[in-house]
Amino acid sequence: MWCVEATEISQKFNRRRIFEAISFKISGGQSLAITGPNGSGKTTLIKIICQLLRPTSGKLLIRNEERIIHPHQIYPYVGLVGPYLQLYNNLSALENYTFFARIRGLTVDIQHFKQLMVRLGLQGREFDELRTYSSGMLQRMKYVVAIMHQPRILILDEPTANLDEDGSEIIYGIMEDQKKENILIIATNEPEEVKFGEETVVLNP
Amino acid sequence: MEKRRLSLIHNAYIVFLKDLHVEFRSRYAVNAIFLFAITTLTAISFSIGPIRLRSEILSPLLWIILFFSSMSGLAHIFVREEEQQTADTLRLLTTPNSIFLGKWFFNVILLFSLEVLIVPVYLAMMGVQVNSPGSFLLIIIIGSIGIASVATLIAAIISQASAKGALLAVLSFPISLPVLISGIHGTQLAMDGSTFAETLSDLQILFSFSIVIITLSLLLFEFIWRK
Amino acid sequence: MILDKSWWKYLLGLWMLLVILGAFLYAPPAKGLGETARIIFFHVPTAWLASLAFLISAVGSLQYLRTQEKKYDIWAYSAAQIGLIFAILATVTGSIWAKKIWQSFWNWDPRETSIFILLLIYAAYFALRSAIDIEEQKAKLSAVYSIIAFVTVPFFIFIIPRVYESLHPDPLINPEGEIKMDTRMLQVFINSLLSFTLLFFWMLRLKIETMKIYLKLDQSVSK
Repeated sequence: MWCVEATEISQKFNRRRIFEAISFKISGGQSLAITGPNGSGKTTLIKIICQLLRPTSGKLLIRNEERIIHPHQIYPYVGLVGPYLQLYNNLSALENYTFFARIRGLTVDIQHFKQLMVRLGLQGREFDELRTYSSGMLQRMKYVVAIMHQPRILILDEPTANLDEDGSEIIYGIMEDQKKENILIIATNEPEEVKFGEETVVLNP
Repeated sequence: MEKRRLSLIHNAYIVFLKDLHVEFRSRYAVNAIFLFAITTLTAISFSIGPIRLRSEILSPLLWIILFFSSMSGLAHIFVREEEQQTADTLRLLTTPNSIFLGKWFFNVILLFSLEVLIVPVYLAMMGVQVNSPGSFLLIIIIGSIGIASVATLIAAIISQASAKGALLAVLSFPISLPVLISGIHGTQLAMDGSTFAETLSDLQILFSFSIVIITLSLLLFEFIWRK
Repeated sequence: MILDKSWWKYLLGLWMLLVILGAFLYAPPAKGLGETARIIFFHVPTAWLASLAFLISAVGSLQYLRTQEKKYDIWAYSAAQIGLIFAILATVTGSIWAKKIWQSFWNWDPRETSIFILLLIYAAYFALRSAIDIEEQKAKLSAVYSIIAFVTVPFFIFIIPRVYESLHPDPLINPEGEIKMDTRMLQVFINSLLSFTLLFFWMLRLKIETMKIYLKLDQSVSK
């Protein structure tokens, strides 16, 4: 059973205190929603959970059963979608997929790729460079590479940014799937999305 | 243990291929480095005119072109990731050292490909006679690895800073001095026509310096890369 | 602690006054170099301290990377600042001396070259610091640079003599090598070296304590 465990995390930037003493523990099959007004530090907390950022104090641990997973080993198990995470716009969708697959040590499975593209409503655009994509399509493409390796921990910062109703429906489907056995963590302001989280962390500015 | 080491080189190679691919599409760094080198070489050759120069001047001129061309083009590999916001994406994909090695290799190949063009053109335009071509080639190759290694490491540092422009040259120059001094000296000897034994001390310094910088980079890069 | 008393500072002032007087009145002029050699009492200590400061800065940087404690970043930064001051002093005094002896302000003599490289490294260090806004990044990246710069030092020991040889095939008299110090010169020299070193550590400590106070102020404001 995988779990993400936060103990008394607080974060300061320069002299500003962003948040303090955040604690939670999420295991496989559970989900967490992080919410709060703009500027309350949702993205900062997300980055700490991904271990992209080190908290000023406190600890963030990712475990499999009782074994702590070292930051250098989490790569195959985490998927992140966020507005600050871009893909390689000079390359096509297929080229991006190929790169992500190879660097994660997966076989490059074109069928799997096509299935993902269909699921995210991007069929027919496999060979186009990402810079020709609209912002909604880019958001969907981010999901393609974030779920392609069936991550144990899926982290979504503003899951439906740039998406229309159809796109949002697809994403909600992905979120439901993830919640079944694995960990889902989302950061959002949308009330309907906060409901996806069994546990909630509310950040105050 | 064996598996992890293999995967370091393997992942570095994949990062390198990706960077090569992206660079091939945009050609930003390639343009910067080639144009700078050609412009500088033209300016020098034009200003010198028909005057024949001695090796004591020809050698430093060549290295100045190579060094400052590197400063124009070798930062791109890290700066681009930060500016296009793909850096965090990359951070979540593989270990820091794989990323460093892939990008280091990219910069080495980039500098080598510049030299394949510019060194012969330099020799032709400036009327240089190289009497020990073997030593000459060896000095340029090992010296370039040194310059590319320093530039890659410093580029990683400045990609996290705000005002990136001139910083690469300012930070790289003192660190690159051992390469420049030995490279210039060795190249001059090679131009004059020396035995391998005579250029050996320069080669030793260039070689050991590169090893030291690459080792240091592998030790320090994680501190630079992780926020 | 004994350092918190102020009487030793007056003693230091008196000591340095004696050193200055001794440099001009007590020590005899050096053979071959005459009165100009008196600058050695000021030039050599500043050069040595500029290098010591670099070492202290590098050690502080290493400790900062290992422990992430802000005080080590303060160490590294303060030592670099004081080191820069001493490096400038050393370069200027050396240059003045060079003008008197060799009739030119700058020669790329091995020692001139090394102090100049040290100046470049300090300048680069501060340029890097000023280009970063986030405190933790500033401390971390400048610490990394400081260590890189320090590691290149052994290489300079090998190559710098070569620079000089290639530029000046017939080396001029190297003043430090040629002087066999007269006992009185030696006395003043040792005193100068020691008193300057004490002065350096006093300045360093002052700077570090000041930065620590700034740090405490910041921390209390942010609460």
